[in-house]
Amino acid sequence: MQLFLEQVFNGIGAGAVYASVALALVLIYKSTGLLNFAQGEMALFSTYVTWWLAAEKDIDIVPAIVLSCAFAFVAGAAIERILIRPVEGSTHNPLNVVIVTLGMFLAINSLALLIFGTEQEQMPNVFPKDSYDIGGAALQKETLGLLAMLVGECAVLWALLQKTKLGLRLRGVASNAESSRLVGINTGLMLMLGWGFAAVLGALAGSMVASTRTGFDASLMQIILVYAFAAAALGGFDSLIGAVVGGLLVGVAQSLTTEYVTALDGIETVLPLGLILAVLLVRPNGLFGRRTVERV
Amino acid sequence: MSEQVEIDPEEPLLELRGVSGGYGQVQVLHGLDLTVHPGKVVVVLGANGAGKTTTLRAISGIVKVRGELRFAGQSLVGKRPEAIARLGIAHVPQGRGTFAELSVEDNLRLGATARRGNGVEDDLARWYDVFPRLKDRRKQEAGSMSGGEQQMLALARAMMSRPRLLLLDEPSLGLAPLVTRELFARLGELNKEEGLTVVVVEQNANLALDIGHWGYVLEAGRIAVQGPAEQLHDDEAVRKAYLGF
Repeated sequence: MQLFLEQVFNGIGAGAVYASVALALVLIYKSTGLLNFAQGEMALFSTYVTWWLAAEKDIDIVPAIVLSCAFAFVAGAAIERILIRPVEGSTHNPLNVVIVTLGMFLAINSLALLIFGTEQEQMPNVFPKDSYDIGGAALQKETLGLLAMLVGECAVLWALLQKTKLGLRLRGVASNAESSRLVGINTGLMLMLGWGFAAVLGALAGSMVASTRTGFDASLMQIILVYAFAAAALGGFDSLIGAVVGGLLVGVAQSLTTEYVTALDGIETVLPLGLILAVLLVRPNGLFGRRTVERV
Repeated sequence: MSEQVEIDPEEPLLELRGVSGGYGQVQVLHGLDLTVHPGKVVVVLGANGAGKTTTLRAISGIVKVRGELRFAGQSLVGKRPEAIARLGIAHVPQGRGTFAELSVEDNLRLGATARRGNGVEDDLARWYDVFPRLKDRRKQEAGSMSGGEQQMLALARAMMSRPRLLLLDEPSLGLAPLVTRELFARLGELNKEEGLTVVVVEQNANLALDIGHWGYVLEAGRIAVQGPAEQLHDDEAVRKAYLGF
């Protein structure tokens, strides 16, 4: 039982990270209908920026993360404007953008290697390294920290989207881009902001998860991105709540399989695939996805 | 936000001169001339593919065109749709352009994006008064409403911007005859009581010409016939050749 609980706790910690990246993926998918394969590498680069500010420039880790998030916001918005928008639009094949994000995946990863090297780096701790004892099972403070990060992200996103004029416009663009322009919304600006917010989610997830590990290198976000895609698919791709629930489910399932299913020893990574398949067979739109129904 | 321009009642509010253009290689409009005076309802008729929808899309900036396109003295050529919306042109596209996943009230609030100043709450209350169905369903997802309700919502959404010019594309499409009649009755009231200027593209020529002042019949991207609405309505030759009734 203790072991089980501990594995659930670990899964929640990992799941909070998957959920953060899945939130970023869903945010962009909802507004542009496109999967950003470079989301993980954008997060990786911001993670290096956090590390560089904290380890090389001696800035405390929390302000370093804040600065890195600001960097991520600007970089994310710039990527949308400079790299995505020119190849997007009704006159272009929608696959063009996918190819561009795949190219960005490689390019940003290489850029990070070039600038920051191939060595393992150590991110300063964000959270204390000790744990609470819950019925004999250890609950790492890091796990709570990651969960708090996710809850905070959800709260800010919810307030932004549901309670502000800007959020209403962002939702408008996600719902109907042409109508948005016709009511006077600068959709280009909204898309830039959306990419900026998504990049911030990635920067947070990357910096936090790196700090919970003994070291990180340029491969940090690659597996996480796959799990985040699994989480987003599980949740239904167009649902922010789905991304959160999907992320936590994938994290816990991964952690439990690693512990209990020896048959999958070493190939636990096929688990999210199995999970996605199973859910999508039963619910083709994911757990929280909406079926597209249009009335005429 | 939007730039206020004084309107001389003698001057046309909207003027198209030799407008040509379309989608990529496909040219739909071939030198279109069209004039809309303030306070008038202008009806644009014509067969499928004549360029009616493209005409509206050219005015609101979605389709890029050549030629002269002036609204309240300002050229619209090269302006982006969001900028044109902020000048006071509200366009309800074919299919109503509902923000389907958003609530009815969010749809109406988005409609107010282009306007300046306050009074949004008062206007909300006002359109809920005019369309009580929308008030009943204000929290409901807009896409789950019936076609008629969505068309009412689209009209109210457009009016939330306090437009100086309303563009309506096939408002009767998919609606029951009774609902269509109600919609045109409302439109007629808005025009009479508030002097709302409207350009309406419509298959249902009878209803549209009833509330219209001036009618254009489009053929192959240019004006084939034009005249006062009642005259078009009663002209046997025009009806047979273009309007199909």
